[in-house]
Amino acid sequence: MNRSPYITDAPTVSIIMLKVLLALIPGIFAYAWIYGGGILVTLSLATITALVSEAALLKLRQRPIRPYLSDLSAVVTAWLLALALPPLAPWWLVVVGTFFAIVIAKQLYGGLGYNPFNPAMVGYAVLLISFPIIMTKWPAPLILAQTKLGFMDQLQFIFSNTLPANVKIDAVTSATPLDYLKTQLMLKHEVYGITQAPIFGVWGAKGGEFVTAAYLLGGLYLLQQRIISWHLPTAFLATLAAMSLAFYAVSPAHFANPLFHLMSGASMLCAFFIITDPISGPTTPRGKLYFAAGVAILTYLIRVYGGYPDGVAFAVLLMNMCVPLIDAHTQPRVFGHTKN
Amino acid sequence: MNAIIQFASKLIRGQAAGSDAVHKFHGGVHPDGQKQQSTTRPIAKLAIPDRLVLPLRQHVGYIPKIKIQVGERVLKGQMLAEAEGTLSAAIHAPTSGTVMAIGEEIIPHPSGLPDMCITLAPDGQDEWMKLQPIDWRNTDKKTLVASLRSSGIVGLGGATFPTHIKVRADGKSSIHTLVINAAECEPYITCDDMLMRERADEIVQGMEIVKFLLGAESCIVGIEDNKPEATAAMAEACKALPDASVKVVPTLYPSGDARRLIHLVLGIEIPHDKRSTDVGVQVFNVATVLAIYRYFVYGEPAVDRIVTMTGSVNSPQNFEVLFGTPLQTLIDAAGGAQAGTTHFIMGGPMMGFDLPTINVPITKAANCIIAATPDLFAPPPPAMPCIRCARCADACPVNLQPQELYWFSKSDDFEKARDYKLFDCIECGCCTYVCPSNIPLVQYYRYAKSEIIAVDKAKEAADLARERNEFRLARIEREKQERAQKHAERAASGKAEGTKPEEVKADPAKSTVETPAAAATADDAKKAAIAAAIERAKALKAAAAQTGEMQKEPAAGTADTTDTSKAVQTEQTKEDQAKAEQAKKDKQALIAAAIERAKAQKLAAAQAGITPKNVEDASPAVKAEISEIDTIREKAKQAVKAQNPDSEA
Repeated sequence: MNRSPYITDAPTVSIIMLKVLLALIPGIFAYAWIYGGGILVTLSLATITALVSEAALLKLRQRPIRPYLSDLSAVVTAWLLALALPPLAPWWLVVVGTFFAIVIAKQLYGGLGYNPFNPAMVGYAVLLISFPIIMTKWPAPLILAQTKLGFMDQLQFIFSNTLPANVKIDAVTSATPLDYLKTQLMLKHEVYGITQAPIFGVWGAKGGEFVTAAYLLGGLYLLQQRIISWHLPTAFLATLAAMSLAFYAVSPAHFANPLFHLMSGASMLCAFFIITDPISGPTTPRGKLYFAAGVAILTYLIRVYGGYPDGVAFAVLLMNMCVPLIDAHTQPRVFGHTKN
Repeated sequence: MNAIIQFASKLIRGQAAGSDAVHKFHGGVHPDGQKQQSTTRPIAKLAIPDRLVLPLRQHVGYIPKIKIQVGERVLKGQMLAEAEGTLSAAIHAPTSGTVMAIGEEIIPHPSGLPDMCITLAPDGQDEWMKLQPIDWRNTDKKTLVASLRSSGIVGLGGATFPTHIKVRADGKSSIHTLVINAAECEPYITCDDMLMRERADEIVQGMEIVKFLLGAESCIVGIEDNKPEATAAMAEACKALPDASVKVVPTLYPSGDARRLIHLVLGIEIPHDKRSTDVGVQVFNVATVLAIYRYFVYGEPAVDRIVTMTGSVNSPQNFEVLFGTPLQTLIDAAGGAQAGTTHFIMGGPMMGFDLPTINVPITKAANCIIAATPDLFAPPPPAMPCIRCARCADACPVNLQPQELYWFSKSDDFEKARDYKLFDCIECGCCTYVCPSNIPLVQYYRYAKSEIIAVDKAKEAADLARERNEFRLARIEREKQERAQKHAERAASGKAEGTKPEEVKADPAKSTVETPAAAATADDAKKAAIAAAIERAKALKAAAAQTGEMQKEPAAGTADTTDTSKAVQTEQTKEDQAKAEQAKKDKQALIAAAIERAKAQKLAAAQAGITPKNVEDASPAVKAEISEIDTIREKAKQAVKAQNPDSEA
């Protein structure tokens, strides 16, 4: 029987997923430093929910559990969702979101390799639509908060939604810069004045920009490890920058500068970790460029004109729908063929 | 857009564009070379074994015609089988000895099926036949090519394409560049490397001959940069040949693929539907060139080759091996297989295949034999679902989208697979090599290709069959119409003159179905009778009782005709059965009709319209009955005849 090649040299799916998790660690550290240790609780909750629901669904679908659990793809989904949720999100929110991501968006579509939509973003979108108030209530970074919650306080808040005595909820939360910018612009304020507020940092959100920078670091590691191709993050960041630069150039008083957009919200997480999900993304080099550019354009439009503070989740889901089309129309030229 | 991407890709790969630079192809992989084991020792000549098994099919094309008989003594280099047709190659005796057998033996092929082989018992004298070197410089090219046809030389890189076809001027294209394939990109294989290190001068002299045969202006030797000794030897030897140069290409599998190599050294991308000769380039493997040199300069046909014996053997080495040598002899010469050796791979680990058994001979295609252990070649872990990471697409040297082809092949969507250029796949294995999900991608492509080819063949056969059937149906229809016309004519004449049995007798030979003349006559008579009866019925305005009787019989007659045409259309194989059934049916109908007729004594005779058919298959009892009925019918005819004048009146 002809079963060549006999040799292979490829990282397994588990190794690829493990490296993605590793690349997230700097971001998680920065996150915990800025917002407190509560994120570790959220991550654990999401991970456990993901593994349990994945195992249960594999069992129901009569698939081998061990190889599919050890591929770590469920953990990656769980972490991405957890990092996208507001810090100090109540435990049930994490569980519901992760459950939905794994069960509905992944396993019911056929499990690993068959989900047309990014599971983490499906989970996020469901939560955002269903529980908009909780999903948009972000705690202030610890450096800005009037009352700094300790780890145990955060734990208590996540599981029982109670704050320590004498602490009001307003004392720990604050608007996110993207949200604040949008509401202030609607009140006819100008960008320059708005960004003087304490929640704005040098590049993006005060504190949050460090988390974003840490994601960038992790992303560069993934690029160096050849886990992700350069096409997606480059096209995403370039298009987002170009888009915001165009608007900023026309009217600096009404539109934030490109750097702010690149360093705010989920831009970096999206560029290196979310749109780089291979399963729900395109496979051709040119298709990747179009896909990432599309996500960037939609993200910007939703941020600036949409009803939600950040547009990454919806932008990704909308572009996920276009993937078969993009792939079909971006087939590269085959060697020896003049045209496709 | 594409230009930007290409520029960006180039920047990232750190490539500098330059006229003398190699033209890198897309993708490719870097498997561990594993070549050092078998290059520490020089090429050794393997002793003549006790028995040589020479498969007739050692090349691409038709099997050659055997020229010897069992028991015959043959000399070394004597032709055992002659090239049959153009795409074929001769087989020669690798040493002197006696032909022991001509029969089926297991050959080194993935199928493991036996094929026709000539078995030779060497006499140990290694006595050459009278060798006839050719003064190629002063010989007509056509003569040289014709002579090469009986040299038995085929592409020794593994493709085994008969060499004489490659040097044949086809009149369409002129070759400007001869590319010598010395890339040897597969891991483990070192036979070309060692050949170049040791016999570079002879190779270059061979290049001169091939260059002359092709009429090429220049000659480029493409060598991967992991063979510095061979490169140095070839560069030195090439000084003797004007317009010959060595071009070092990066070590990147599959640079040894002809189309990839041409692109690397010349920057020419051969269109998918063209051959390299269409763009003026021909590619030869180093070993093939050396064989051509030996054939013209010494008159030696193809009797041996260099084989790399490596893997889990005690002393991996290259050997000069006579074709037909048992694999075991080669393994023994390499110090024997180490413990744990499970099987042997012929070719490299990227494109080779498992030998079905150890009892196979070395053939012209055997460039390398690897003794395999589970340590060297671990069985692949269970395949996981495709995660669309597109690493395969990045590795594909043809720039295909293997992940899409996999999807289409898996779901039997062969039309789509073809659209996505499945047939451009060279099965190099790069995609499988890099797949994180351990999917045996190449296997899926082989499966899809074979399915498509099978479907195409079946469709071709079906088209032919349909065409034949349509023609047949048209013929039957035409014959039917001709017959109908004849009956009509006869009926018309019968009406005019009165139906005469004598007249009817003249026609039966025209009928294709009823060969027995008697039956045919009866048939015609019946039809004429029916026609006449209808006429009469119309004209006579017979009594109600009589009319009822008459209506039955024409109906029965029509049904009978339909049955006949049906029987004609059925398959030849079913015809006998149909005939038997028909006879049975006819018999019953006949008896019924006879009874009917007997009852209606006055009229029955006039309407005896039912005819036995295909009576030759009926039993004697039935035949007796039929003859009895025939008698009645004869009477009926008379009655018809008698009545006709009345109807006419």
